[in-house]
Amino acid sequence: MRVYSRYFSIHFKSVMQYKTSFLLTTIGQFLVSFNVFLGIYFMFMRFNKVEGFTYSEVLLCFSIVLMSYSFAECFGRGFDTFSSIISNGEFDRIMVRPRGEILQVLGSKIEFTRIGRILQALVMFIYGISQSNVSWNFDKILTIIFMIVGGTVLFTGIFIIYAALCFFTIEGLEFMNIFTDGAREYGKYPISIYGKRVLQICTFIVPFALIQYYPLLFLIDRNRNRWNMFLPLVACIFIIPCYKLWKIGIKHYKSTGS
Amino acid sequence: MRKYISFFRLRFSTGLQYRSAALAGIVTQFIWGAMEILVFRAFYKADASAFPMELHALSSYIWMQQAFLALYMTWFLENEIFDSIKNGNISYELCRPINIYNMWFVRSVANRLSRAVLRCMPILIFASFLPAPFGLSLPKDLNSFLWFLITMLLGFLVVVAFCMLIYIVTFFTISPQGVRMVAVSMIELFAGSVIPLPFLPDGIRQVFELLPFASMQNVPLRIYSSDIAGKVIYTSAGLQLFWLITLILVGKMLTNKALKKVEIQGG
Repeated sequence: MRVYSRYFSIHFKSVMQYKTSFLLTTIGQFLVSFNVFLGIYFMFMRFNKVEGFTYSEVLLCFSIVLMSYSFAECFGRGFDTFSSIISNGEFDRIMVRPRGEILQVLGSKIEFTRIGRILQALVMFIYGISQSNVSWNFDKILTIIFMIVGGTVLFTGIFIIYAALCFFTIEGLEFMNIFTDGAREYGKYPISIYGKRVLQICTFIVPFALIQYYPLLFLIDRNRNRWNMFLPLVACIFIIPCYKLWKIGIKHYKSTGS
Repeated sequence: MRKYISFFRLRFSTGLQYRSAALAGIVTQFIWGAMEILVFRAFYKADASAFPMELHALSSYIWMQQAFLALYMTWFLENEIFDSIKNGNISYELCRPINIYNMWFVRSVANRLSRAVLRCMPILIFASFLPAPFGLSLPKDLNSFLWFLITMLLGFLVVVAFCMLIYIVTFFTISPQGVRMVAVSMIELFAGSVIPLPFLPDGIRQVFELLPFASMQNVPLRIYSSDIAGKVIYTSAGLQLFWLITLILVGKMLTNKALKKVEIQGG
């Protein structure tokens, strides 16, 4: 943990050397996901409800997914660019150091510009809450925190898989985008609207629904079963197979030699 | 002219080399398209009367969009060009007896075309086998198919002409980051790739349809799905032609201006 906070402060200082550039990229990041919001907004100008979800409920859902994705991206960015670490031989250096590989990869890059996205998620979140008529109590606040934590862990797990596959393929794989960018993009609507089949896949194989759909039902009082509250924590188990895959990948690792 | 043609062939055949990457891309785009259609199906189920297009027309729209993504995605910009401006390699290209605008234009056309050729067929074939409202259906008649081909070409050239502007602006700003990010993300919305333009509320839609971005994928895809029919076809195609010429003229003018006082970045 101490090492990570060192990494953190180093990255922060280096970013702060270029304040204008940092500001511009942050604004850019803000705008990039803004058109997704506009897409939702325009659709709901035409339709009142989709699968029984109202505009504000969808917005709440979107903001939570966006927020957890941006957190995961902010800290797990090292895994996202992992193919370059492998192909330029940087990973050999990482392996000879007396610290965990995961920690070093995490520390290799921390993307502060993602604050733009987190900020946007926050704005949308506040807007969604003020528009919705969720009756707040302690349980529900806890649910939201669980959702964000679970989502961050889940997305980090997917980033780890993405990186672990690079051990075998050297290159990043385009189809993994479905689980990263795709999940962010399509996580804007509660998963049930994609139909039963997709909901099943997202419950049992890649547990997106556990951090999004089920706890959301609890939030908006559609399902009062308190188990839904803890499902995001169950989703965190997903990171164990990801970690295993990563370990297998390391065993399999052959240096590219450059 | 001949040098541009051979340059085109060179780029085109290089682009065709990346077959395994294309396969991964096809799978991705197929799932992407399927998810997109599922979203619209849910909205259709919620309120069919508020749906501005037929569901099967929308499905065709989305499959065509996925199949020809490489032609129309504005975010598919070439890092090589940005890098050459940034690190000064552009000086070599400026020494050659060719027009740099034309060369970059040809290069972008070739790159995009080779990508699209590799990817479109499997998606089109697969999508046409899907059950009725979700699959790809044929256009209404031969006439609209012909106009689809014409406007597809025009729209494609408008995209390239617009991307040229982004490259040229980099001459003035050096770092492409900011321009690129903001321009590209807003265009996605204007061009109708976030949601098809008919879904926009009245008032906003009419304004968007006049912008150059609507002359990109919006026109051919909607002609294919018979959402645009009759006389509107001619006005849309005319508008495309107008924007194409305007964008190329502006691009050429800006290039000349940029090249007059070009500063080569050392290194």
